[in-house]
Amino acid sequence: MLNLLLEPLSYEFMRNAIAISVLVGVLCPVVGSYLIVQRMAMLGDVIAHCVLPGLSISFFLGIDILIGAFGSGILGAFLIAWIRSQSRVKADAAMALTFSTFFALGVTLITVLKNKLDLDSFLFGDVLGATPHDIQRTLVITGLILLVIKLFYKELLFYTFDKTGAQAIGLPINTIYFGFMAAITLTIIASMQAVGVILVISLLVGPALTAYLLVKELHQMMMVGAMLGALSSVSGVYLSYYHNLPSGPAIVLVSSSLFLLALLFSPSQGILTRSH
Amino acid sequence: MLEVKQLAVNYRGVCGLDSVSFQVSPGQLVGIIGPNGAGKSTLLKALLGLVPAAGGMVRYCTCPLHQQLARVAYIPQRSQIDWDYPITVWQVVMMARTRQLGWFRSPGRAAKEIVRAALERVEVLNLRDRRIGELSGGQQQRVFLARALAQQADLFLLDEPFTGVDKKTEAVMLEVFEELRLQGKILLLSTHEWGQSLHQLDRLLLLNQGLIADGSPQQVMTPENLHQAYGVHLGNPLHQDLETTFFC
Repeated sequence: MLNLLLEPLSYEFMRNAIAISVLVGVLCPVVGSYLIVQRMAMLGDVIAHCVLPGLSISFFLGIDILIGAFGSGILGAFLIAWIRSQSRVKADAAMALTFSTFFALGVTLITVLKNKLDLDSFLFGDVLGATPHDIQRTLVITGLILLVIKLFYKELLFYTFDKTGAQAIGLPINTIYFGFMAAITLTIIASMQAVGVILVISLLVGPALTAYLLVKELHQMMMVGAMLGALSSVSGVYLSYYHNLPSGPAIVLVSSSLFLLALLFSPSQGILTRSH
Repeated sequence: MLEVKQLAVNYRGVCGLDSVSFQVSPGQLVGIIGPNGAGKSTLLKALLGLVPAAGGMVRYCTCPLHQQLARVAYIPQRSQIDWDYPITVWQVVMMARTRQLGWFRSPGRAAKEIVRAALERVEVLNLRDRRIGELSGGQQQRVFLARALAQQADLFLLDEPFTGVDKKTEAVMLEVFEELRLQGKILLLSTHEWGQSLHQLDRLLLLNQGLIADGSPQQVMTPENLHQAYGVHLGNPLHQDLETTFFC
């Protein structure tokens, strides 16, 4: 058994894959917990699709993809907020139109700019191709976001539980909203290598949602979610190694299986185990 | 003294509040009543600057109120809150100390004592470790009242505090309001209830975009004023519940 776990670690690409998986597995559920409690889960999916044009442009210009992808993701989020504030259009419709438009623009730019961008690995992830540079970037993003959440936890708790009340005591709610958009976009960029933009929503929402069924406080949801996220990611990588499965989908399927187990067997809220 | 002068709110071209002016002295418990869509919640939010005012001013002790938000406790409407949020009763009330604690600081012994006392006052201290969603509607409302108390504010703005609460909660709330009034605090609350609780209020503001009447419950609740606000004729309004009369 131990050999089964250790043998793949003799390869550098597997060590890199495991490292980046653990980081993303921890980061995504922490940020995803905020998405869930604010009923903004789909926004994660939307921003994930919105990063494509920026990715393509930064690839073309030869600059760090972080810059383009971040700008493009944030622009998408603000465009949605702007459409909502200026018209009767509701959030879901504004999101649907914005993300599909950005995605179409991104795919078009890849063709027009003749990028050698591997669309498949961008869409579905390629954790086994993670480089030390990818790990470094993911480590910095993870450290930064976790630190900010730790420092501003009580303000963020107030804001996400009772936005009007938070505004009433004078918390800077527009700055906090911008901070969330930035954190979501950075998390998606950090996770692209592991699961790709189509599937990143699953890692953002899945482990945190599983934890939501097991605990009663937000910080517990983040911690349990992070453990489940890391477990899902690492298990997915091993499954991918031994059974020749695509790594991103393997991670997502493990994460969703854990959710199904919690949905059925959570001690307090499981469909088969709750008292009434 | 809270001073409101010609406060107006427009929402995408629709009038939300039309030039509302009034003053409230310390130690007054003021009810805001009016039909659905009359602007009761909008008025409370506009006082705090939560919705942009199209004109007018709000001053408290001669300074603009929005510059002294730490002195205000606000209780939102029940419908604004997601009761499935993973948070305990204790944490909800501890939010009251967010502003006073300041950035980067965790609650110390003093903050914990304030929160404990507030929970005890509204008789929910025994529920402190429960998830907020596990409580009854009345208990949840008392938790929010505890949060307002723990803020140690001078001005209390409460949006529909009596909606969906049991008799026990209503009694606790009225006791607490009385204590705050005796301490010289200002309380403004919007309400749908036309029952006995109206008799506990010092003063009523009858609203329908504009301020229709302002005075004691007896002065305000006249058939003429109510006809102007609600557009229907009512007899003996202080002795009936308007909600059950024609909203339900």
